[in-house]
Amino acid sequence: MRLWGSIIAVSLANWLLKAGGPLVLGDRRLPPAARSVVALMAPVLLAGLIVVDLAGPGWGDLNGPQVLGVAVAGVAWALRAPMLVAVLVGAAAAAGVRLL
Amino acid sequence: MSTRSELIEGARLGVGPGAATFALGLSFGAAAAAAGWGIAAPTFFSAFAFSGSAQFSLLTTLHAGSVVVAVASATLINARYLVMGVALNDSLRGSRGWRAVQAQALSDASFMLAHRGGGRFDVPRLMGASAVIYLSRPVGTLIGALRQPDPAMMDRLGVDVVFPAFFLLLVLDEMRSRQAVVAALRGAAIAGGLLLVTEPGYALLAATAGALIGLRSEPEREEVR
Repeated sequence: MRLWGSIIAVSLANWLLKAGGPLVLGDRRLPPAARSVVALMAPVLLAGLIVVDLAGPGWGDLNGPQVLGVAVAGVAWALRAPMLVAVLVGAAAAAGVRLL
Repeated sequence: MSTRSELIEGARLGVGPGAATFALGLSFGAAAAAAGWGIAAPTFFSAFAFSGSAQFSLLTTLHAGSVVVAVASATLINARYLVMGVALNDSLRGSRGWRAVQAQALSDASFMLAHRGGGRFDVPRLMGASAVIYLSRPVGTLIGALRQPDPAMMDRLGVDVVFPAFFLLLVLDEMRSRQAVVAALRGAAIAGGLLLVTEPGYALLAATAGALIGLRSEPEREEVR
């Protein structure tokens, strides 16, 4: 009961978080200043997610092969590899280093 | 492009992040089953919460403390969706209720894939990408809970690289202006600094302050993808 109650509570909270902005704002448009901020929200959140994902709480999850694999994926993509291929190359690089 | 074309394009773009989400679902299902959650609960959670960070947060905190603290932590980790919902709203159409329903398609990856620059979002593309990403999570969770692959083996295969690598490629794709680069670096620095003193959810929420650099200028006229 404790598990299912928690799962349902988190799921409902998640729905409300996603619905909150549209429910409050409706068809009102954001003022220009807020739109300028919103325009940068995607890159900012992504960069934050990468750091949080790689570093973990207190930077305790930092893992050399994982960071290397992510960097290799970035290089492969910069060299015009398709996204999925670049990610697989990065994963293979991390797996290769871990094999050594 | 027509709505149908954008939906299909979104679904096509969603395949990569969908594969990463599948791997994440696999890890979550295996970890949840190992923690005694069984098979139905983690699969249901993946289908209805549609958020990896909240799922892993609840999994790690529920057994260690009170239900209230565990639920609050998992919710706070997702507070960024409130900001993302506000950002998306200008691109949505219809009543408040219908907009709120459409906003349920938000995920980190589809939010980025649907961004067309200048704070504008392609909603059909968001839906197409989210459909693929959404399906991959509970399916991965179910298989993970049933098969319980060894986490060490998944690490040896480099599966832990998949998700952050996709995020890196998506952020590189967003680097269409100097301001975007500076904002992203600020967001990364804020998140990285705060990780030393607080929970990842707070660090991520605070990272959105990096976007405040946008107050210094008018919205940029970026090329629409």
